[in-house]
Amino acid sequence: MKRNLIKLLTVLGATALLASGCDSRYIMLHPVGPVAKTELDLIYFSILLIAVIVIPVLALLIFIVYRYRNKPGNKAKYMPEWEDNKVLEYVWWGIPILIIGILGYQTAKTTFVLTEPPVKDVKPITIQVTSLNWKWLFQYPDQKVATVNYVEIPAGVPVQFVLTADAPINSFWVPQLGGQEYAMPGMAMRLWLQADKPGTYYGSGANFTGEGFQHMKFEVVAKPQAEFDEWAKGIKQKAPALTMQGYEDLQKPGVLDNVQEFSSYPEGLFHDIVMKDGGQYMDMSKMEHDLLK
Amino acid sequence: MAENANAPAHFFITGDPLIYGADVAIVLCVLGIVFALTKLKKWKWLWTEWLTSVDHKKIGIMYFIASILMLFRGGVDALLMRIQLSVPNNHFLESEHYNQIFTTHGTIMILFVAMPLIFAFFNVAVPLQIGARDVAYPFLNAVSFWMFFFGALLFNLSFVIGGSPDAGWTSYPPLSGLEFDQGPGENFYLMGLSISGIGSLATGINFIVTIFKMRAPGMRLMDMPLFTWSVLASCLTILIAFPVLTVALALLAVDRLMGGHFFTMLHGGNPMMFINLFWMWGHPEVYIAVLPAFGIFSEVVSVFSRKKIFGYKSMVFSMILISIASYFTWAHHFFTMGAGADVNAFFAISTMAIGIPTGVKIFNWLFTMFRGRIELTQTMLWTVGFILCFVVAGATGVMLAVAPADYQYHNSYFLVAHFHQALIGGAVFGLFAGMYYWFPKMFGVILSERLGKWAFWLWNIGFYVCFMPQYALGFMGMTRRVYTYSPEMGWGNLNMVSTVGGFLMGIGFLFQGAQLVMAIIKPQRDLTGDPWNGHTLEWSIPSPAPLYNFAVLPEVKGRDAWLTEKKEMKKGSSKKKTLLVEDIHMPKNTGIPFVMAFFFFVAGFGLTMTYWWMGVVGLLGIVACLIARSNTSYEAEYWIPAQEVIDTEKQLRKGGSGDGVQTRIV
Repeated sequence: MKRNLIKLLTVLGATALLASGCDSRYIMLHPVGPVAKTELDLIYFSILLIAVIVIPVLALLIFIVYRYRNKPGNKAKYMPEWEDNKVLEYVWWGIPILIIGILGYQTAKTTFVLTEPPVKDVKPITIQVTSLNWKWLFQYPDQKVATVNYVEIPAGVPVQFVLTADAPINSFWVPQLGGQEYAMPGMAMRLWLQADKPGTYYGSGANFTGEGFQHMKFEVVAKPQAEFDEWAKGIKQKAPALTMQGYEDLQKPGVLDNVQEFSSYPEGLFHDIVMKDGGQYMDMSKMEHDLLK
Repeated sequence: MAENANAPAHFFITGDPLIYGADVAIVLCVLGIVFALTKLKKWKWLWTEWLTSVDHKKIGIMYFIASILMLFRGGVDALLMRIQLSVPNNHFLESEHYNQIFTTHGTIMILFVAMPLIFAFFNVAVPLQIGARDVAYPFLNAVSFWMFFFGALLFNLSFVIGGSPDAGWTSYPPLSGLEFDQGPGENFYLMGLSISGIGSLATGINFIVTIFKMRAPGMRLMDMPLFTWSVLASCLTILIAFPVLTVALALLAVDRLMGGHFFTMLHGGNPMMFINLFWMWGHPEVYIAVLPAFGIFSEVVSVFSRKKIFGYKSMVFSMILISIASYFTWAHHFFTMGAGADVNAFFAISTMAIGIPTGVKIFNWLFTMFRGRIELTQTMLWTVGFILCFVVAGATGVMLAVAPADYQYHNSYFLVAHFHQALIGGAVFGLFAGMYYWFPKMFGVILSERLGKWAFWLWNIGFYVCFMPQYALGFMGMTRRVYTYSPEMGWGNLNMVSTVGGFLMGIGFLFQGAQLVMAIIKPQRDLTGDPWNGHTLEWSIPSPAPLYNFAVLPEVKGRDAWLTEKKEMKKGSSKKKTLLVEDIHMPKNTGIPFVMAFFFFVAGFGLTMTYWWMGVVGLLGIVACLIARSNTSYEAEYWIPAQEVIDTEKQLRKGGSGDGVQTRIV
């Protein structure tokens, strides 16, 4: 039975690995930007380090249970009083300390790296994100346009997402571009992401926000800079303006079936959203004024 | 907002056939129990033997039964969720119900299954292991149990009255605040957890004092069995962690019921503060539940390998280290809340560091088996299954601790798979091992091995079939708490596999139910008091233990006291040992804990439904109980005459344990 179980596990594990290697549905394993790549490299590094300890331990477990099982005529050594060995104990306090030391160092280093723009020589673009019940509002302060439930970004350009919520706490996640960050009422949070090549990427809310939470999906469309500019210009010309009344309607709990586009939005809308939900009590130096344009 | 946003839309939940079905089942069950008790004339027995008991062994059994019932409910919740998720775009449950079910599933499994089950074994084993006649505060112990019981009852009442909470077991504001969550559901969560939380804190205090002050003569701290050590480590963690939960829940209750602004978005409230407080309790809580499981494994692995535990000092040291370090890891639950790279780096490394003492424990268990003689009974199987499962849980735990990697794993099914693996593979497997190990001591009956092996394999295969696909789903971007998903995400197949695994575990649970039923109708009795050839003092007395536990308190001369004594008895088997029996001082039964906890229930229900008058009645009742206790505490104890003890011992030891022991009155 035990052997069957091990066989089953091996098969399952191998299937998962194989499947993940070539199956594009494992989006986290197919990063398209420097942030997601850095994170995936660290994930592989951590798996490797941990495997160094986990695989021998599991092998040892199987060996010991097999070798020392209680059956008549088992010739393996039996030492019922053996209860201490200093050298062995030093070894297994030492090994995990060493592994955690290496992993800890690499983790700390990467954590600091990710607070910076992924590329330094390209001028970044800022997009302000507001989590509402149950849709995402994106404002483009440089282009002065807004979208709901989808976001366009120029490929190859670092994007500074500034996150807030006018609703319960959500988390903004685009797995192929990088990890997530909370969107919280009364706070403006910065998340650096970048797409290296044009494409459409899956994004979702990752922190439960109530009844319509499942519908908080959005697409991130990355285009070459010229096409992105074209797109923004198109919206500027064709789409309606987002009025204050329009925003208040969006803010009401509900689910949208379609995406929306707006040629403009009320001046200082993002700033006001952050302020009205508690921003005025927060430490302004932490939130940095350039996030709240 | 409605005039009273806490008021329920309907008193009784209506409109859902599942709930109507459950209502009928509940009514039938209650009627059945009432009928049976009346028919068999057992009401008095129930009151005098159980509801008013302050005996730690009976309280342990009541904790055990309550938590198994709660495990059933939490398990049904889990299977309902798995059915809903098994195929894309499923309409078995709608969002509203799904949200309630994952909320009650999480809350029940952590607070009303794991906690009472560890308390069951605290009660069953600790006083017996340290050679004590009861816990330090038997009255408080009964209060603890009834607070848990009525807290759990109040929480579960939300299923039929007023509506279930639906903001997740973590209950983050502002989602759990009045602005986004109206009706009494969330109040049931707050009141139920607050009431049972008082019980947990009291249990923590009780067992710390018991372990420090009531050990048998000669037992030094470093002679204690490792399970007792684990209980001490767990209780020290309870002592510091639970007050934080109490405060967090109380402040949220003030927000909801009295218009406070601790965690609201307006008037200076800060929701992030709740998240910090919640996890300052929540992370240590994981270790509160898992440390006793570590203790159980340490006992089991040594007994069933026929060998002493390897590296006792390291084991003790690592448990205390885990207990202390568990306070310094809470922020890893929200690396994505933007605390800044310095904070995240600190909590990432402190979290990984917990892996060090845990890894040491794994090595020590392995080397306890090494050069032993391993008997793969069901108890030991769960221990081996645990090591396999927990090593992987630890590995994925370290992966999650890598903060930048966690930005990707956070709130995904990778996380869901990890904490289920840690809590099922760690705590639940450990508590099952404890159940098989101590069941003879609790009831004098050994659970069927044959059925138990079926249960073991179903649970273990089911576990991997259920949760390994969930790790993969995390890599596919599936987030927790979504009630359905669209087919183009490609999550369907793995979810179906996961559901099959969930049902395998459910069938495993049925086999365990069958074990319990067989234990009643065809009991395999343990007449020796020591069915496993144990090492520690609980095996030196008959099964089940007599009311006073030890006729004479044992003299302890080192670790593994009972093993040592057995060796000595063998050496000098001709010499007959004489025990000098004295009158035994014991606490009297009392109904006050039950009645007082009932008034807590009344007050809690009143506050939940904003029936203020009922809240006042409940609080007055509590005060009355406190006064009653103060005025009767001088008559709360009595003596068992030595002759009665000797007669009981003779009766109990006919079966064989303690042959050659003579008793006489001093």
